[in-house]
Amino acid sequence: MALPLRSDPKLTGRFYGHPAPRNASGGGAIVLGHRRVYIVPSRLGLLFGGTLAILLVGSINYALSLGFALTFLLAGMGIAGMVQTARNLAQLSVRAGRCDPVFAGEGAQFRLGLSNTSGFDRPEILLRHAASGAQTTVDIAADSATDAMLAVPAQRRGWLPLGRVMLETRFPLGLFRAWSYVEPDSRCLVYPQPEASTLPPVASSAQAGGARAHARGSDDFSGLRAYQPSDSPRHVAWKSAARSDTLHARSDDMLTKQFAGDAVAELWLDLRDLPASLGLEQRLSRLAGWVLAAERAGARYGLRLPGTELAPGTGGSHRAACLGALALHE
Amino acid sequence: MSSSAPAAIESAPLAPAARPIDGRDLLVLVAGLLIVVVPHALRAPWWLTLLTLALYGWRATALSTRGGRGLLPSSWMLLAVALLASAGVWLEYRAIFGRTPGIMLLVLFSGLKLLESRNQRDAAAVVFLTWFLAITNFLYTQSIPTAIGMFAAVGTSVLALVGFAAPRRAPLANLRTARRLLAQAVPAALALFLLFPRVQGPLWGLPQDAYAGMSGLSDSMTPGSLSQLTLSDAIAFRVEFQGEAPRRRSLYWRGPVMVDFDGRTWRLGSPGFADLQPPSDGTRFEYAVLLEPHNRNWLFALEAPASLPERARYLDDGQIVTLQPVRARMRYEMASVVEGTPNAAEASRNLRRAQRLPPGFNPRARALAEGWRDASKDDTEVLARAIDYFRRERLQYTTEPPLLGRDSIDEFLFVTRQGFCEHFSSAFVFLMRAAGVPARVVTGYQGGDLNPVDGKFTVRQSDAHAWTEVFLPARGWIRVDPTALSVPMRVDDGLARSVPASDSLPLLMRSDLEWLRTLRNNWEALTSQWNLLVLGYNPDRQRELMSWFGMRDADWLGLASTLLAVLGAFVLVLFAWMLRRVARPDPVQASWNLFCRKLGARGLVRLPQEGPRDYSERAASNLPSANEAIRRIAALYIALRYGNNASPGEVVELRRMVRELQIG
Repeated sequence: MALPLRSDPKLTGRFYGHPAPRNASGGGAIVLGHRRVYIVPSRLGLLFGGTLAILLVGSINYALSLGFALTFLLAGMGIAGMVQTARNLAQLSVRAGRCDPVFAGEGAQFRLGLSNTSGFDRPEILLRHAASGAQTTVDIAADSATDAMLAVPAQRRGWLPLGRVMLETRFPLGLFRAWSYVEPDSRCLVYPQPEASTLPPVASSAQAGGARAHARGSDDFSGLRAYQPSDSPRHVAWKSAARSDTLHARSDDMLTKQFAGDAVAELWLDLRDLPASLGLEQRLSRLAGWVLAAERAGARYGLRLPGTELAPGTGGSHRAACLGALALHE
Repeated sequence: MSSSAPAAIESAPLAPAARPIDGRDLLVLVAGLLIVVVPHALRAPWWLTLLTLALYGWRATALSTRGGRGLLPSSWMLLAVALLASAGVWLEYRAIFGRTPGIMLLVLFSGLKLLESRNQRDAAAVVFLTWFLAITNFLYTQSIPTAIGMFAAVGTSVLALVGFAAPRRAPLANLRTARRLLAQAVPAALALFLLFPRVQGPLWGLPQDAYAGMSGLSDSMTPGSLSQLTLSDAIAFRVEFQGEAPRRRSLYWRGPVMVDFDGRTWRLGSPGFADLQPPSDGTRFEYAVLLEPHNRNWLFALEAPASLPERARYLDDGQIVTLQPVRARMRYEMASVVEGTPNAAEASRNLRRAQRLPPGFNPRARALAEGWRDASKDDTEVLARAIDYFRRERLQYTTEPPLLGRDSIDEFLFVTRQGFCEHFSSAFVFLMRAAGVPARVVTGYQGGDLNPVDGKFTVRQSDAHAWTEVFLPARGWIRVDPTALSVPMRVDDGLARSVPASDSLPLLMRSDLEWLRTLRNNWEALTSQWNLLVLGYNPDRQRELMSWFGMRDADWLGLASTLLAVLGAFVLVLFAWMLRRVARPDPVQASWNLFCRKLGARGLVRLPQEGPRDYSERAASNLPSANEAIRRIAALYIALRYGNNASPGEVVELRRMVRELQIG
């Protein structure tokens, strides 16, 4: 069966007054016009058709009037099911939502707002990310909106556009498969994959110029910094490590107590400090790791990239700004 | 924070093979299956019924253990059960491919398939099997109760299908969906039922036992065969007269004619096709017969036929036959003449055959007949003596006649003196032939009950009767009913009043159950409409209906194109109707569009790169008189469009403000 619900656009356009919106930019919703909903029988639907054919031939052969009636009722139900399957997607509106930045190697959680302005519910709608195959299934109640999360693997730093998303449904009978594509204007910022490494020694920072290390009195507890394999176990902040919600605390989750005399530095993290032999991506990864470590250590840190300089600071938004600069560095 | 692992991809794939089935939906599936299997189970051998129910029970029990996945048998075990049970079916029926054994195997496989169902695809296959089993029930009966039961089963299985597709949805919502699906299916089903090009089956040879269980008259008559038949309350046919109906004593429905006798059994002769020669005088009655299938070629007609139904043939012994056995309920219209003068001509070959008797049987009856022959001057006088004999002898009429030996007619006439109509007619024809007068046994039905509800006559198997015809030169074949001669009440009042009260009769034939008869009359009037309109819809009726709609000589191409047009229109209308509540523009956007049009009319057309904020600012500074309203509308629009929580009240407010916006 071809696509019975695709009809002359001029004709239906006049009836429904809907252009088929591709991608309303600026956060607008994409409405799945019924001309963009495709439908074909599923494999189960073909089996259903075969069953009906057998029932029909049996009814003819044995001249069973009620056999005809039952077969035709099932056929009519198949037709009604086809229309309802298409309806389950038609006029659904999809809106791109916020996507929090993630590190490369993690899953970008794309949020899609699905809103159903109709008086019927739309169960079992599968969203499938065309490029990665990530998928999720949602039920949308009548006259309501719901959010669907698509976890798309983020491979590389930079902007990750969502791209095409397929919406598919087989409700209510499973005999037909209706689908449609949307391309919401949504992208996710992907930070470089942080490399677990020790913070740069203050000396090297100082050499690079601009880093001021405040030396304090000896033996006074002055703060925490990221654990380094060479740290004495007596200096590990075990209480903090125990609070960590990851079961298998990795070494870069552990903190080392710092005492005055250690460097609590105002760090400058500079791409040029790292040997060019490492390659750009690895250097950016190391810088990202340093940003995290510095943030954990409570240090004030600044970031210097060719063409970009972020003044020293601390806190969530500073961290995000630094990581964002690393992510988008050309 | 950085270490949070990628969130597990939540997924419920839609491919049926990957979707496990929920216990709730499985129980619905079993319920549907039970409805279709119960009528079969009543016909099945007990062990098969028990085995099938055990298989269903096993699957249902497995639901409650280990989260629905416990205790299911291995496929080897299922195969072993399948083979053993198939062997059992073969032992029971000595066949695998007949109708009944085939259905029994299907019943069994439904249990096995259910037991191995673990995902949506398997369960859907069980649903399809349920439909198949539902239709096989119609091979046995297409009555109203069966129809209700099977359609209920289909509804149940559709609910199961919806459940498989949406296992997390509330059962009530799924029920509503299933109900809506079936309701929406009705118009399409009706169009298909009426317009689908019908062909007359069968398409291929049917199994030997395909029509077992259809009752009716047979092509031979032995003592006891008719009295067995009259114990059945089943309907043979129903008749609707146009206008007045004949009197009850004239209602002789002629069927197969028995000519050959071997001393015990009467058999059909070998009549040839002939032209119908209706009697020249008498009263003409026109009527329609709705004949139940009986798997024989003959049709029943009131004596004597004056016109033939379509596609029926007339035989020279007065039978009306079709070329194909009547295997589906059949309606035919014809006319008959009652109490007319029969045709006097008959081929001498047929007359000689109607005088033949096997030698060496029934010496006392022979002697009696020869005595009449000697004392009479012609055949008419012999007949008069015979009639007189039957009137005088007061032979007793009973549905439970004693068993008779080799000389059955001698024993009936002179020893037991009790018999049913086959004894009376058999003895009379024997006597006539022994006296040299051509005679034959005619079987058929006598009488019929008028149903006051719909004014139709119902003729039942219990009205089966046998009478005789005697040939007199110059007068032709004359009907003589020897039963009526001895027991006049049989013809005037029916069987129930003519036999002793101790004789067994169908329950509803007893005249003391008046209320039950009223109930039955209503039910049968309903059934008759059902038979005529639903079950009797065949290629002929379809042609009639089409010509009524102005399609003369509708061929299958015309029907198919009409059907496709109707179905196409149905799909479009259904889709438009189902989206009627959604097919309206977003109200927020509609208000904004109206706002832009109003400003555009004042020359302030929104530029393509202009967002709502810039546009409204430009408009507000250009139209100082309305700048307050313009700013408020834009702010509300931006909040509704890009904000997260829009309340319906705000949408209404935006529409009101845009509508009331006065510019200049």
